[in-house]
Amino acid sequence: MEALETIMHLSVKPCRLLCLLLLLFNFSTNSAGADQTVLKKASLIPLWYPQAQFAGYYVALEKGIYRNHGIDLKILPGGPDHSPTQLLRSGEADFAVLWLSTALQQYESGEKLINVAQIVQKSSMMLVARKSSGIDTPADMQGKKVGIWGGGLAIPAETFFKKYQLSVREVRQSYTVNLFLRGGIDVASAMWYNEFHTILNSGIDTDELNLFFLHDYGIKFPEDGLYTLAKTYRRDPILVDAFVKASLAGWAYAFANPEETLDIVIRLMNEANLPANRAHQQWMLARMRDLIQPLNSSDSIGELKLSDYEAVGSALQINGVIKTVPGFEDFVRRSDAR
Amino acid sequence: MRADRSIAYKLILVITGCSALIFAATIGYSYYHSRMVLERELEENARNQVLASVNRVETILAAIGKVTEGLARSLETFNYTDKSLNTMLMATFAGNNEIYGVCAAFEPDASSGPGSRSFAPYFYRKKGDFLFVPDDTFEYLTQDWYQIPKELGRQEWSEPYFDQGGGDIIMTTCSVPFYEMVGNERRFRGIIATDVSLDGLTDIVGSMKVLKTGYSFLLSRNGTILTHPSKDLIMNESIFSIAESRNIPSLRDIGRKMVHGESGFLPYTDIQGVKSWMYYAPVSLTGWTLAVVFPEHELLAEVHSLTLTLAAMGIAGILLLAVAVVFIAHSITTPLRALSKATEVIAAGNFDAELPSIRSQDEVGVLNQSFIAMRVSLKKYIKELTETTAAKERIQSELKVATDIQASLLPRIFPAFPDRPEFDIYATMDPAKEVGGDFYDFFFIDHDRLCFLIADVADKGVPAALYMMVAKTLLKTEAQRGGSPDEILSAVNNILAADNENCMFVTVFCALMDTRTGEVRFANAGHNPPLLIESQGIRYLALKAGFVLGPVLDSTYETERITLQPGETLFLYTDGVTEAKAPEAELYGEQRLLEALQRGPKEELAEMIQHIRAAVKQHANGAPQSDDVTMVAIKYRGTK
Repeated sequence: MEALETIMHLSVKPCRLLCLLLLLFNFSTNSAGADQTVLKKASLIPLWYPQAQFAGYYVALEKGIYRNHGIDLKILPGGPDHSPTQLLRSGEADFAVLWLSTALQQYESGEKLINVAQIVQKSSMMLVARKSSGIDTPADMQGKKVGIWGGGLAIPAETFFKKYQLSVREVRQSYTVNLFLRGGIDVASAMWYNEFHTILNSGIDTDELNLFFLHDYGIKFPEDGLYTLAKTYRRDPILVDAFVKASLAGWAYAFANPEETLDIVIRLMNEANLPANRAHQQWMLARMRDLIQPLNSSDSIGELKLSDYEAVGSALQINGVIKTVPGFEDFVRRSDAR
Repeated sequence: MRADRSIAYKLILVITGCSALIFAATIGYSYYHSRMVLERELEENARNQVLASVNRVETILAAIGKVTEGLARSLETFNYTDKSLNTMLMATFAGNNEIYGVCAAFEPDASSGPGSRSFAPYFYRKKGDFLFVPDDTFEYLTQDWYQIPKELGRQEWSEPYFDQGGGDIIMTTCSVPFYEMVGNERRFRGIIATDVSLDGLTDIVGSMKVLKTGYSFLLSRNGTILTHPSKDLIMNESIFSIAESRNIPSLRDIGRKMVHGESGFLPYTDIQGVKSWMYYAPVSLTGWTLAVVFPEHELLAEVHSLTLTLAAMGIAGILLLAVAVVFIAHSITTPLRALSKATEVIAAGNFDAELPSIRSQDEVGVLNQSFIAMRVSLKKYIKELTETTAAKERIQSELKVATDIQASLLPRIFPAFPDRPEFDIYATMDPAKEVGGDFYDFFFIDHDRLCFLIADVADKGVPAALYMMVAKTLLKTEAQRGGSPDEILSAVNNILAADNENCMFVTVFCALMDTRTGEVRFANAGHNPPLLIESQGIRYLALKAGFVLGPVLDSTYETERITLQPGETLFLYTDGVTEAKAPEAELYGEQRLLEALQRGPKEELAEMIQHIRAAVKQHANGAPQSDDVTMVAIKYRGTK
């Protein structure tokens, strides 16, 4: 009150007064939440090279959202030579972007990690075949050459084959779709937001393709989530909460400002010497928006639903990927709200 | 075109307008045709250039393909050690400057060297040296260059990629699978891969001469841009992503044709929005597409400048033509204008006005001669006309005198006998021409007997007037002798008929009234019957017709009588009244006359006659009077 009275005595203009008050208020909340002067260091490892799939994190970093939440975040370079699970395990990364199926597999193998936010709400994985190959139904894939990604990314597709009791000739698919484009395989794995668009932008029209969205065939595996080790969470739950809040705020900003977001993503791709195609990143960002926004408007963004968790757990169990499904409470960060 | 424009104006408009149209059509066709020819030439030129470049690129690529193929076949044929393998790999660099690196990648099970582990010795150039990378942890098994030829079982050129060293060098890899025979089974053993920098190929593509601002670009099999003047596009954009981000579906269609190995020549708006022509053809060995883009404005620059020159010449020509037309028009219109001015003076009546002296014998000269002739004729005609008019005027004035004389012959002062209250009399005569053939007369023979008559000489004008004079004089003379009406008419008839060479005749109604008793004795010589206006009504008198005076000697007439009661009136008239008519209309007729008298005033005779005159005039409706109109009315008032 004393300060306020002093300001009043200065007889400044009302708008300037308001600004000053806001500044004052802002400062006080910051100091109450996280000390601005002492930022906590943390690191995040994305699943892949910089691209719009991780736009929310890059934007949050770029726009100082992590900093505002008291985190000095470093986003580690992703890519085929940088396994998020390994980096998480080794402690080089505090947070990782992982698929739910991969995370459960890791959990089973003894790595106690925790889902702190479920970013992508539904499966965007799909199998793509040329119409000319005559593969119109899952049954037509019997005995065909199918491109499958390595590691945890293979789980949804393999669940699909088991569900339809298909024995296919699995060919390890690289991160390009050229093997499919050249006719080296009959069916390719593709993410709706990425490889599918790459195929379209290699001159193949949608009506020349048969698309099998795993989601439509009951393989409803939520994908990108944010994970940390259980011990990290125990050590500093405030940091984890702040990281989740900032990441979600980053996504909200990215969707609200797509052009600025694309500028940031393209710049990072150029810096990483990656071919950067704005049309492709634009497609990817738009699809991420479709995937991240909750299916029901009542649900909040970034939340792993128990029903999804149980469905994935039992599917993985049935298909022998994991033996036991960890308790939901153990696996999921206890949100402050609950 | 407005009719009042001058001849010069019309000539300029029509001639220059038509010329301009012809010029425009010619230039338009010339432009169109030149453009067509140019486009054909361009296509030919573009095709030759592109195919030549494609050929050069393919020659280089084919050579590398052969070397790679040869190496693969060697590995199938010969037994080799690690060392001899390295020697063979190194040998591929010799004579193949485009080869950047060479690798023998073995399928894990099939490697004869270090057992079942993956094994891929790799040599590459660096600043004149050949470096060896015995990298066996390298995860090549899922690389495109390894996987695609393995799965397809044939030589493949990889989609170009950035050099792994992080440089800007774009590379492509030619991979050839090699096999070994295990029993009868041909088993896959590995891939021979040679890396080729695209720099050399880019130079070939870049060295193409495509006008001044034209350019070429190279697309990969996926439509990715490999070379392009805009460096930002290289490896980042594909023809499809450009089509998508700029929303140009037609560009996607072009791209699909390209990646399907088609070739073509088509109009194309490039990404800067410049209208251009493009020719593209495939590099069939790698599935790439080489395209050249020719900006249309540059291509058509010569046609445009030619067209502009032609247009300038055309405009200059048309201006010259306009000047010539003005000159010609002026040479025609100047004498015409002089002539027109002179004729205006003539038209104003001055026949001595000077006509312009025109020496030329063209149409204008002839027209001038005609005007001169016309002026002479006009002068002569006007002179004659003046004389004729003078003569006619003299006759006119004489006729006027005759009219006056004739009028003065008829009693015209009313009341005619103010001292005789027993009766009223009133009469009018309106001649159809200056002089008429009708007449009337009334006079006392003695104190109590009034003679009154009305007559109509056949024909009108001067002859009738003269005849009338004779007839009137004779009738008055005979009446004054005191005879009865029939005697009067017989006597006058014999005199007239005696010397009637022209066979003229006159109708007469002649009557004598005793003013004491109102008795009227009358005789008729072919005249219209008079009307009796009694107190009970009006009727025509039924009387003997009698023969007209003049044609036949010794005609006899009969005297009849009627006694007028005081207040009764006799109305006499000539056929000018009953035969008055408007064009296309009926004669006035006796019935109308009877009805007009019934309607009109009966007390004052002057009013009665004026009323009939007006009714007849109204019936004629402005038509010129064809016959003399004469009326006489006499009213008996009785003695006190």
